[in-house]
Amino acid sequence: MLDEIKFAIDGTQIKANKGDTILKAALKHGIYIPHLCDHPDLEPFGGCRLCMVEIKGKGLSISCKVPVEEGLEIITESPEVNKVRRIAAELLIASHHVDCLECARNTDCKLQDVASYIGIEEGRLKRLKRVIKDLPIDDSNPFFIRDLNKCVLCGICIRTCGEILNVGAIDFAFRGTGTLVATVGGKPILQSRCVSCGECVARCPVGALVPKNAERPTREVSTVCTYCGVGCGIKLGVRGGRIVRVRGDVNSPANRGNLCVKGRFGYDFVNHPDRLTSPLIKRNGAFVEATFEEALDLVASKLTDYKGDQFATFASARITTEDNYVVQKFTRAVMGTNNLDHCARL
Amino acid sequence: MTNSINEIEDAACILSIGSNTTVTHPVIGLRVKKAARNGAKLIVANPRRIELCSVADVWLRHRPGTDVALLMGMARVIMDEGLVDSSFIEERCENLDAFKESLKAFDPDFVEQVTGVPQGKIAEAARMLAGNSPASILYCMGITQHSHGTDNVLALANLAMLTGNIGKPSSGVNPLRGQNNVQGACDMGALPNVYPGYQKVDSAEIREKFEAAWGCSLSSTPGLTLTEILGAALEKRVKALYVVGENPVLSEADASHAKEALEALDFLVVQDIFLTETAMLADVVLPAATFAEKDGTFTNTERRIQRVRKALEPRGNSRPDWWITCEIAKKLGGKGFDYGHPAEIMGEISSLTPSYQGISYERLEAGGLQWPCPSPEHPGTPVLHTERFLTASGKGRLMPLEYKPPAECADEEYPFVLTTGRSLYHYHTSTMTGRVEGLNMLRDRELLEMNPTDAAALGIANGDRVQVKSRRGLVTADAKLTKDSPPGVVFMTFHFADSPTNVVTSPALDPVAKTPELKVCAVQVQKLKG
Ligand code: SF4
Ligand code: SF4
Ligand code: SF4
Repeated sequence: MLDEIKFAIDGTQIKANKGDTILKAALKHGIYIPHLCDHPDLEPFGGCRLCMVEIKGKGLSISCKVPVEEGLEIITESPEVNKVRRIAAELLIASHHVDCLECARNTDCKLQDVASYIGIEEGRLKRLKRVIKDLPIDDSNPFFIRDLNKCVLCGICIRTCGEILNVGAIDFAFRGTGTLVATVGGKPILQSRCVSCGECVARCPVGALVPKNAERPTREVSTVCTYCGVGCGIKLGVRGGRIVRVRGDVNSPANRGNLCVKGRFGYDFVNHPDRLTSPLIKRNGAFVEATFEEALDLVASKLTDYKGDQFATFASARITTEDNYVVQKFTRAVMGTNNLDHCARL
Repeated sequence: MTNSINEIEDAACILSIGSNTTVTHPVIGLRVKKAARNGAKLIVANPRRIELCSVADVWLRHRPGTDVALLMGMARVIMDEGLVDSSFIEERCENLDAFKESLKAFDPDFVEQVTGVPQGKIAEAARMLAGNSPASILYCMGITQHSHGTDNVLALANLAMLTGNIGKPSSGVNPLRGQNNVQGACDMGALPNVYPGYQKVDSAEIREKFEAAWGCSLSSTPGLTLTEILGAALEKRVKALYVVGENPVLSEADASHAKEALEALDFLVVQDIFLTETAMLADVVLPAATFAEKDGTFTNTERRIQRVRKALEPRGNSRPDWWITCEIAKKLGGKGFDYGHPAEIMGEISSLTPSYQGISYERLEAGGLQWPCPSPEHPGTPVLHTERFLTASGKGRLMPLEYKPPAECADEEYPFVLTTGRSLYHYHTSTMTGRVEGLNMLRDRELLEMNPTDAAALGIANGDRVQVKSRRGLVTADAKLTKDSPPGVVFMTFHFADSPTNVVTSPALDPVAKTPELKVCAVQVQKLKG
């Protein structure tokens, strides 16, 4: 049993697990505290300072770093909290390329959430001294774009690559206002140790890391990755007869939302022009298209002559369990042989 | 797997052997790294320096094909130093005396000499495994694709039993199955000797059950394995072949032989999503739907049956595999092939397969289920063998083993050992990943990985075109110099049609599992002019 702790946020009594941070407990109970650099899969960082709250009797604290304690009274809004938070937010926004309408993350952006919660007025924004970064966009990776002009330096990508992947392809470089997320030696990401898993892209709270050719799907279908035996749960984002986005299914016990490069990005084959779209019959050494009726008639008329052990089937580790069941039933019940195998050993 | 993926990160010790986990099962690789981060002791046994070596506590770099010696050597240390889990052995195992006797052959000097691993390191690994419970053993094709692959697996089972690491969470002997539904294909009896649920075709009682259910009479003779079928085709004993979603021309060991065999057939039907190298040889090609265009289930490496859901309409005139097979069956007079939806097929599967009896599409809506799941109320089974083993006595049998060298060793003429594997960016024979532009950009050609010292001796520089030749055939590739390969060992994948590595590999089979020895064959390497 996990130890339970009772404390209060803005006067509401809340129960939390021992070891949870104030931010985590609040979010679990549907209480929003602005934040950017915290992520449930990663160790707390305390970089963005947006999640500042007041703890009665103790003053201001970063809620993503402070564990809950019995009897704490948390105040999420006070003149002092709001002041610190506003300064932090305005600094971030001032150094962020704000072309929201053109951004792939528009309406799905944590910085927008923060701005709309705190209420950043356009007038004030215009008066802020803009810090123009004008950094080149890194589009070297075939699957995602790094636009550091939109980076809010939350470090989520760095911690993802370090804590979850143990790859460590990227880190903070330089200090102060020049701080950047960079690969070793500042090379394009393609030339780094990056394994293109896209885990950082899935976690970046803003539009600094986005998939290439990002399109919003009209619907999502829960299914399973078609590549390796881990069997990661995926959400196929579909639009107009195409797969336009894939997300890891956080509810799947096999992968809990994680994916590798193939499972996240490897779907172009489904709509590839090389797909077989018609039965083919070989005539005089060349394939000609045929209807299913013709092809199946031909197959059946040929196979009639080979019933028994002169016939064999290779089933497949790639097709569904139901497909395999039918294939083995056909081989045994109709063709009368147990000559049946697949490349389980390879 | 005897255990579940989720349990890995809670293990106190992990032995990863013959598995380049971060490449072949990347998300399981994440769990192993998480475990190491959580403080688990990690032992990696692999001739090649793989990514996991960087987080390992001990790396055993044994010579390819010497796994039995290495593992029995560890067992010997555990036994000699009294580190066994005696109560587990007492209650749950048998054959201890014979096993002890066979350990005599594995004295530390012999083991060191065979494996090339210093005995101190082997002892350290053995103590680590025995001293940190629960310990989980993970393995992959680096264990099975050998002429003595079955012995390798038995050696792992011995270690797990000796240390009491079976039948409880975060322990077990866990094969990481390669392809997405290799588990489901095996479960469904896409094998020559068993019906669905591993029920034997040569058992009269079982056969009668299936004859009654399918309304036909069935053959009592176990059939031929994939490799044997190819051999029989060459000898004109098998004359017609139906290939569903496989590409043996690239995936089979000694692939030129496979191609010749297919060409010798009277009639070849291939059903696939692309015109593969195998489909090119067919008389009739039938267009199949992809996973995104059909309903069904895949069973993953932890025995979890999960729903595959249709997201798109099948492209053009392609059709789900089950539909095509049913149509052929019906045209040949087969009865019981009138399914309207895969849910009905699952209904039939569960009625005939004890381990799937509790599975239905309704239940799978709420998430996957791990077999055995013998009734509609059963929650599924995350951990196998919790109380008894699937042997007549219910006890686990400690197996005496002897070390046998690989079928083909390096010699003067063929001085290198070639071992094969996969790349992170491609999958099997690349029929799918080869048609994803971005993946091709990340890896577009075959590479021969070799140690810089070996390369220097042959005058080979990074990127040079080289020829790799065995007793069976030759392929070309670009040289990649890397210390990941130990001296004397070279490495290739089998993803690329223009460098068909399996033309070179050895067809030597494990006598029990009939798995080809893809992990060891002898080759010579030569720089090509140009
Ligand atoms: S790229 Fe994204 S995740 Fe990385 S530091 Fe910048 S904003 Fe955060
Ligand atoms: S894609 Fe994966 S490997 Fe590459 S930087 Fe992001 S987290 Fe690291
Ligand atoms: S996403 Fe990667 S790890 Fe997961 S099933 Fe697919 S190929 Fe395997």
